[in-house]
Amino acid sequence: MKLKKIAAGLALTVGTSAFSLMALAADTIKVGVLHSLSGTMAISETTLKDTVLMMVEEQNKKGGVMGKKLEAVVVDPASNWPLFAEKARELISKDEVDVIFGCWTSVSRKSVLPVIEELNGLMFYPVQYEGEESSKNVFYTGAAPNQQAIPAVDYLMNDIGVERWVLAGTDYVYPRTTNKILEAYLKAKGVAAEDIMVNYTPFGHSDWQSIVSDIKKFGSSGKATAVVSTINGDANVPFYKELANQGISSEDIPVVAFSVGEEELSGIDTKPLVGHLAAWNYFQSVDAPENEAFIEQWHAFTKDDKRVTNDPMEATYIGFNMWVKAVEKAGSTDVDKVEQAMIGMTTPNLTGGMAVMNKNHHLSKPVLIGEIQDDGQFEVVWSTEGLVVGDAWSDFLPGSKDLIADWTAPVKCGNYNTKTKTCSGQNY
Amino acid sequence: MFANVLSSWGISVKQTRQLIGWVFSLSLLLGSSWLYAQQSIDKIESTDNYAVAISADVDQLFKDLAAANLREKSNIITSLDQQSGREMLPVYQAMLNGELYYDKESLQLYQVKDNDQGKESVYSVFSGELVEGQTAKGLKKVRVNNKLRKQLRGSIARIQLLFGERAERQAAAQTMLDNISPETLALFQDAAENESDQEIRDLLAVGMAMNTVATASATEERVAAIGVLSTRLETPVRNQLMNLVDKDSSGEFVEQDAAVRAAAESALKEIDGKIRFYGFMEKLFFGLSLGSVFLLAAIGLAITFGVMGVINMAHGEMIMLGAYTTYVVQLLMPNHLEWTILVAIPAAFLVSGSVGVIIERTVIRFLHGRPLETLLATFGISLILQQLVRTIFSPLNRQVSTPDWLSGSIELNPVFSLTYNRLSILIFSLVVFAILMLVMKKTSLGLNVRAVSQNRNMAKAMGIKTERVDSMTFGLGSGIAGVAGVALSQLTNVGPNLGQSYIIDSFMVVVFGGVGNLLGTLVGSFSLGVANKFLEPVTGAVLANIIILVFIILFIQKRPKGLFPQKGRAAE
Repeated sequence: MKLKKIAAGLALTVGTSAFSLMALAADTIKVGVLHSLSGTMAISETTLKDTVLMMVEEQNKKGGVMGKKLEAVVVDPASNWPLFAEKARELISKDEVDVIFGCWTSVSRKSVLPVIEELNGLMFYPVQYEGEESSKNVFYTGAAPNQQAIPAVDYLMNDIGVERWVLAGTDYVYPRTTNKILEAYLKAKGVAAEDIMVNYTPFGHSDWQSIVSDIKKFGSSGKATAVVSTINGDANVPFYKELANQGISSEDIPVVAFSVGEEELSGIDTKPLVGHLAAWNYFQSVDAPENEAFIEQWHAFTKDDKRVTNDPMEATYIGFNMWVKAVEKAGSTDVDKVEQAMIGMTTPNLTGGMAVMNKNHHLSKPVLIGEIQDDGQFEVVWSTEGLVVGDAWSDFLPGSKDLIADWTAPVKCGNYNTKTKTCSGQNY
Repeated sequence: MFANVLSSWGISVKQTRQLIGWVFSLSLLLGSSWLYAQQSIDKIESTDNYAVAISADVDQLFKDLAAANLREKSNIITSLDQQSGREMLPVYQAMLNGELYYDKESLQLYQVKDNDQGKESVYSVFSGELVEGQTAKGLKKVRVNNKLRKQLRGSIARIQLLFGERAERQAAAQTMLDNISPETLALFQDAAENESDQEIRDLLAVGMAMNTVATASATEERVAAIGVLSTRLETPVRNQLMNLVDKDSSGEFVEQDAAVRAAAESALKEIDGKIRFYGFMEKLFFGLSLGSVFLLAAIGLAITFGVMGVINMAHGEMIMLGAYTTYVVQLLMPNHLEWTILVAIPAAFLVSGSVGVIIERTVIRFLHGRPLETLLATFGISLILQQLVRTIFSPLNRQVSTPDWLSGSIELNPVFSLTYNRLSILIFSLVVFAILMLVMKKTSLGLNVRAVSQNRNMAKAMGIKTERVDSMTFGLGSGIAGVAGVALSQLTNVGPNLGQSYIIDSFMVVVFGGVGNLLGTLVGSFSLGVANKFLEPVTGAVLANIIILVFIILFIQKRPKGLFPQKGRAAE
């Protein structure tokens, strides 16, 4: 009896190890997922991990890529920026993944960059960011400042007739760089310095009384005023609440935000936010067949009809589909071959158009402005006529005016100076 | 002994109830006028005027409105303004509130809103009567954006100036001051003839004076009009006066008439003086309001740390538990959202208070007299509580909705208004403080607490059960932190990290005010709040925090025992 048990156990062990050996032998393509699943950024990044897993599952149903199944390798960098670099190294060296989808904050991306360039990895970065970067090993599928901030300002200036500007942001790199670009842009458009008010607040700021009162005073000079907000995360709710309490409506002083999307609006009291604006490349409310299918798939995957979709999810969707097409075109998962195949690649986006990957590793995307509705969704009030080409190096900053990124021959450089005709080497 | 404590509690609970009732009746009184205005905007009057047969032209415009894009809609509303009058009010209001829908087939307009039972129903736009048999399913919303909303508000103001109720007429006159044109002037004159209310008549007179200044040619007439304007604080008035004294790009005065310019200058001086005064008052209010938040957050700590000497790093989490209690109470009574806060205050006191007692009984009493271990242990407890909340409620922030009577502001004049939520919290913090002082000074619990904190062994010798007093004190401090959480849920995000953002401020206030002194906490929190708000416009929010912190460090060097050090033998 006892012997039988042992024998059965032994058989089972042998069986499983044989099975795992077989699994190893079967050729798979590994997809690394580098998103925080714990810590402060988990709220936003977990959604993107789920999106990648959903896309992998979907692709495997279609038979995988080049006849091979995809296998997702998920790691948790825990909202800890140096850990992002370690986990990236682990993914590439140990797990030998062929591609990584990951990062949210700019500081995490900056931390991963040296590793991924050293080991010649491939990463897709799906979040809007401040620009001023183009790496051979990274594809930027989120918006550059000229695909979000600048069109939003154009809309306010031309359609609403705004003449005075409040640039309000949280005190860190993305708002500071974006506001620097916007300030230069506004001044180039003839806005006087006294018509621009810049304000920075700490992370999680909750006492907005004096700042909102200042905005109110600033906006009462008879000229149309708007707030361009790069305020991040938690601090937004008390900010909008205070605006509403002090009687500033979206008609008097509209706020256009770059970090407030469907995900951020779900689960908060949207009453004080109605009518304020956000600029993105995608809204869940956009009426397009691709979008409908995507939302349905998302609801089925998460088994939750209430889950919302958002812009970084669309960026992940585009990035994933492009990578699949590029691998099939290149006939290999070799980073250099895929990188070259990516350039010029087109796939449908979720707003009824086509996304194009450009020579500078940034996408061409439409820009949409939406008004917040009381159900936490956006109503599109304006969109660009066609696609806007992502600009890696802003034309409005003195240091980057002459720089371009071009990863095709003969330039092959992430920061090529068009005046001196030199490549200063990739230093991020 | 225990009966003593209980009876003392009985009194204080009763007092609490009375005082809370008093605070909220006061806030209600303040809120009622504003609420009244809100309701009357929502209400649709049904006078016979609306029954007027709609002309074919207007009917066609309605059909166009349904299908038009945003820019065309604006033109259609302008045509509607010209072709019809007062009967358009319900259409405009429905459109403004996003309740205007249309049938995709017939292009017929409907109003869709929730009925008394909260069920979505379809109403006729003009009569406001329920349309039987029509569901909202096949209807599409008439989209509006900010530009249209602004236009609609203008159209509504023009109608309400003549036909609205008092608050509506006043709001309408204020809205229309923004752009005085010959057309609005005629309306103002019409309205002034029929207006009985002095305040509104003054507003109308301001509008007419603005027009006189802008268009009249005789100097005396214009100077006299500026005289009327010099007593007003409305923004359009000030902007117009500013334009009068402005120079153009070549350095020439825009206004040629020197006498008018001089009058405008002196009027501006008067207005600016008032604005400066109210600006000062406003900053003071902001400072007091921030101080009241400090006070609420710190007052519980003033008891546990100040009186008992326990360094309680989990104090912030007691605040967080109070905020989550508000959220849970809101979930339990979804039909009475307006009044959940009143229920949440005692509930939060009980929840945080009992958690406090449990912590004291199971951890802190074993670490008595070992501050370092207490610090580490309570820090651990704070992490445990945070993770517990993350597991139960998810790491996402929870939505605590603000009742209507706590949103908006009371406008004392165009440049000075007090927001209801801040005002209520300011009053509330003072009430909580007063109750706590009463408990500490007038009840036997307070007497025991003071006795134990002054000399534990002597108190024990006198027959005081020090252990029981310890846990009651800790429970009291934690319970008050929970009450603070209810108030903070109205100001900031309810999430697992809520407490962490207040723990440093709380310790700062208690140390600054003087450990062991409740009055010191009061003075400390208000002075830090006011100092912060007066610094902020000059230095920015980030630097203001740093300056305050540096100041406190320096202050503690000079006076290690804070503003109000304890005196006498108890101090040792």
